Amino acid sequence: MKKYTNTGNKDTRSGFGAGLTELGQKNENVVALCADLIGSLKMDDFKKNHPERFFQIGIAEANMIGIAAGLTIGGKIPFTGTFANFSTGRVYDQIRQSVAYSDKNVKICASHAGLTLGEDGATHQILEDIGLMKMLPGMTVINTCDYNQTKAATIAIADHHGPVYLRFGRPSVANFTPENGEFIIGKAIMLNEGTDVTIVATGHLVWEALIAAEKLEERGISAEVINIHTIKPLDETTILNSVAKTGCIVTAEEHNILGGLGESVARTLVSNNPVPQEFVAVNDSFGESGTPAQLMEKYKLNNEAIVTAAIKAISRK
Amino acid sequence: MKPNTQQLQDLTTQVRRDILRMVHAVNSGHPGGSLGCTEFLVALYQNLMERKEGFDMDGINEDVFFLSNGHISPVFYSVLAHSGYFPVKELATFRLLNSRLQGHPTTHEGLPGVRIASGSLGQGLSVALGAAQAKKLNNDSHLVYTLHGDGEMQEGQNWEAIMYASAKKVDNLIATIDLNGKQIDGTTDEVLAMGSLKAKFEAFDWDVLEIKEGNNIEAIIAGMTEAKSKTGKGKPVCVLLYTEMGNGVDFMMHTHAWHGKAPNDEQLANALSQNPETLGDY
Repeated sequence: MKKYTNTGNKDTRSGFGAGLTELGQKNENVVALCADLIGSLKMDDFKKNHPERFFQIGIAEANMIGIAAGLTIGGKIPFTGTFANFSTGRVYDQIRQSVAYSDKNVKICASHAGLTLGEDGATHQILEDIGLMKMLPGMTVINTCDYNQTKAATIAIADHHGPVYLRFGRPSVANFTPENGEFIIGKAIMLNEGTDVTIVATGHLVWEALIAAEKLEERGISAEVINIHTIKPLDETTILNSVAKTGCIVTAEEHNILGGLGESVARTLVSNNPVPQEFVAVNDSFGESGTPAQLMEKYKLNNEAIVTAAIKAISRK
Repeated sequence: MKPNTQQLQDLTTQVRRDILRMVHAVNSGHPGGSLGCTEFLVALYQNLMERKEGFDMDGINEDVFFLSNGHISPVFYSVLAHSGYFPVKELATFRLLNSRLQGHPTTHEGLPGVRIASGSLGQGLSVALGAAQAKKLNNDSHLVYTLHGDGEMQEGQNWEAIMYASAKKVDNLIATIDLNGKQIDGTTDEVLAMGSLKAKFEAFDWDVLEIKEGNNIEAIIAGMTEAKSKTGKGKPVCVLLYTEMGNGVDFMMHTHAWHGKAPNDEQLANALSQNPETLGDY
């Protein structure tokens, strides 16, 4: 199996901050807005370097989304920053009408997504945001897996005209994708070729999928691992080519089983090539307080859960 | 050259006819607020705003306008058409399938003159603040105008935006509130009394002007000219426009009944007879 090296744990939100810093230097139309979470979103550098292009909105997320939509009228490329919960559910109608339906070039950048926000508990741990955002016509939905990829995605979405939801998180996780790697929206990344089962993972679950593939290899099972950083538009071709070879699939995501990556993959499969699918996702519940590792274990969002799911998927072929 | 008062009056009457005929044709839409804001939008587009020829979304080096209370789309569409953004005859497609003139205004169908979708209330002021701040970044000294319903002020997002505007000194913005005192379910006092909007805006550190005769074109121009003179002084500007819902049609005035109801054939004939054709019907 192909080896990946963790060059040192880093948080994906810092990748966002680094990407935003770089964008600030190279694209003067990029502006940034934050709803009182500059430190959490790692937007300090952008604010320091470009105070005139930085907008502190205060604790008023609905206003932030509207202001971002307005800033596009005049040619700006606004990046909004707050927690995923306040970036989506709290402001759904503002995004729907003022951004998505109005086709405004707003980049909604959301940190602290999912259970790995940790101790703050379920009020802040949104597990429904991918579903909310992917249902909006014209919205691109991206969930990056590590620091390097989050930085690359942040830079890439500035060149994409249209609304984007960029989802990342709080904890330090393995950083294993190439530094300054190319990020192509909607193009899945083949991490490991295999023949027995396809594992399609997004966000923090991608690294877990690689560990799972190693464990499966020890059992003589060849797992294909695909990093689906873009949930919408979904790279259906890569998924279908893979299951044509493996005959079964596991989807893995830090999200509710309803409305997430797994359902998008299932829709693709039933329309083209129905094969057994197992879901590694939160089973329609809210989260709770705990450390990220404790929560990912309790809610079965780790490499062990992926191994179990892969074996089950294979058995259903 | 700007139209004279008589020309503005003639256009106002024609826009009224357009509104009535549009909502009658599809037996839906919102004539009450549209009729109440006819003089204002005619004055804004024909006298007050500095506009470029044609339409581009960014609106750089011209004044831009956002309609936050999108349900009064009939008056917005009629005034846009008569101001050259699209053919007047297209008003006949209002609310029909495949039309650019959706029930509520949208950019989605590419209708020139519209820069944001509105309809779900309370979002327009935030959008206007963004556009105003973009103008500042672009060193564009032109203004951003908005119009909001008074009932719309019950939406909480407005107060986020109102707080932000003064805190961040967004002083290239004139927000006008259509004070007709009515909303779908009754008077604003009955539904959710808002007290003094003047006192509230002043408490949020806005510069507030009142136009008591909000259906008088000359009073509107005078009041809005004064409002323009208050821009660029560190404070956002609010205009409280006292209007009569259903203005110009006697049986639609002094009631909230015509907020979202179309006239029948007989009522249309009566209403049109009170507003004789001036510039020609579409």
